[in-house]
Amino acid sequence: MFYRESGQFKSSYAADSAILTIAQDRLFIAALLALAFVVLPGLGSDYLLSGILIPFLILSLAALGLNILTGYAGQLSLGSAAFMAVGAFATYNFMLRLPGMPLLLAIFLGGLSAALVGVAFGLPSLRIKGFYLAVATLAAQFFIEWVFTKFGWFTNYSSSGVITAPPMQVFGIAIDTPASKYLLTLSIVALMALAAKNMARASIGRAWMAIRDMDVAAEVIGIPMLRTKLLAFAISSFYCGVAGALYAFVLLGTVDAQAFDLHRSFQVLFMIIVGGVGSILGSFLGAAFIVLLPICLNLLGQAFHGAISTQFLANLEMMLFGGLIIFFLIVEPHGLARLWQIAKEKLRVWPFPH
Amino acid sequence: MNPHRKIGDVILQAEAISLSFGGVKALTNISLEVREHEVLSIIGPNGAGKSSMLNVINGVYHPQQGRVIYRGEARSKMRPHEAARQGIARTFQNIALFKGMSVLDNIMTGRNLKMRSNFIQQALYWGRTQREEIANREQVEKIIDFLEIQHIRKTPVGRLPYGLQKRVELARALAAEPTLLLLDEPMAGMNVEEKQDMCRFILDVNDEFGTTIVLIEHDMGVVMDISDRVVVLDYGKKIGDGTPDEIRGNADVIAAYLGTSH
Repeated sequence: MFYRESGQFKSSYAADSAILTIAQDRLFIAALLALAFVVLPGLGSDYLLSGILIPFLILSLAALGLNILTGYAGQLSLGSAAFMAVGAFATYNFMLRLPGMPLLLAIFLGGLSAALVGVAFGLPSLRIKGFYLAVATLAAQFFIEWVFTKFGWFTNYSSSGVITAPPMQVFGIAIDTPASKYLLTLSIVALMALAAKNMARASIGRAWMAIRDMDVAAEVIGIPMLRTKLLAFAISSFYCGVAGALYAFVLLGTVDAQAFDLHRSFQVLFMIIVGGVGSILGSFLGAAFIVLLPICLNLLGQAFHGAISTQFLANLEMMLFGGLIIFFLIVEPHGLARLWQIAKEKLRVWPFPH
Repeated sequence: MNPHRKIGDVILQAEAISLSFGGVKALTNISLEVREHEVLSIIGPNGAGKSSMLNVINGVYHPQQGRVIYRGEARSKMRPHEAARQGIARTFQNIALFKGMSVLDNIMTGRNLKMRSNFIQQALYWGRTQREEIANREQVEKIIDFLEIQHIRKTPVGRLPYGLQKRVELARALAAEPTLLLLDEPMAGMNVEEKQDMCRFILDVNDEFGTTIVLIEHDMGVVMDISDRVVVLDYGKKIGDGTPDEIRGNADVIAAYLGTSH
């Protein structure tokens, strides 16, 4: 940033523990929110809204969920997509079985269902750690995918296993245009991101990070391992569940177990690795990166007027992903968010090196 | 020594503790008492079972035999977080700070037990959560002042030199306002100046807050200076228990440390 916080003194602990302590940052975020809430729904093209921004926001929410569990509480999970699937199918079934249920309530209940399932699959985390826990959550991924394809009840015995999402309505307003879908998604994601940030800076966030950094010491200073870990699983899965419901209802318009396969879990995991493990901002940066990279590559392909085949581009995407993941793991394990922080620190003293 | 400080009754009693790991006997039939407001040192050669004793006291290890009576309440199996709830705090031999967090957050985590707001209130960061955060921050700032670490408040602990990390760990333990503070080699690897600072802090904590302190230390000069009582362990057995002067003259202790001529 080409601004400094000089002259901005904090005179209370409340001001010191605020999310944005610098006036310029507050201004920037206010402007960004105004742009997102007021300007974009009116001016953005349908493609920008439905093709880029909605997937970006929904995947950010899923990344946020995984970041709570993996980035803050340090519990590695490969089951994010499974919890998204639970959210999507639960929301669908709540709306189907209880006619007249409001959409937002159904999404909330879908998230709660995902949270319950998350807690169940989080129980092994009390005994096992690291890679072994990752494998246990992988079991969740395969098991849940199997349940939704095997038992017809969840898909209301639809022959293809794919169900069309019912029309959506919030407070009597039909959610049928890209702009209204975008605004619904944006509102939910913005509120949940704020809630995640608040939890991260309060005692529950500190308890999660304590368990992540040194679990023995955390227990010795009085943090109950069982409750704290399970709460991380519950809240993380709630976020993933809501993201899954939005993914199915708002983005795809269909509820389909295939949309929440292992590939999706890895995609969300890559987002937090590239974006920044243990960072709210990182969840958004990672999602933006992973949503935008294929689009940029596509544009690149068009620029060469077919000189590069689409197949090659698809392969190039995989190669770039792989390369970047390795790059981030070696060079900057805290991802884009950390790079951004370093850049800010450097610019703060610029043009001096220290 | 401060004449106003009065050593009170026994607050913690270990009765005939035996602890073994497979065939290795870490502690054999050890009994000891800790009195309120005193500074008790546990000394002994490497592998004598000093750290195991602390781990038994705060519930990290569960002894096969014997029991610990803390404030009149006997317990055989207790989880460390329950010990913390009852006012037992500790530091570790190898620094066990939360590396990814700032000094302030580390110390604030020490006060997590004092916070009662649930996660929904915290997600909203309104009302109770905000009041609690500020009230606890004020307490934490007092400890930061007390240990003279104001200048590193916002620094990630990983970037601090060893001596300061030890001090932050003490701060985190103090943040819980413990009745009984267990310090596992608080001065290991420090230079003379840092040791002097740490001794001053330990005595000040004991004086000002009346905290009972059990510490493990290898520096005999420090131990003899600041302890009210010394317990000596060797090969998992207690070989001495008394005032520093008594320990200095104890033949078994001298033999354990210096060896005997045969």
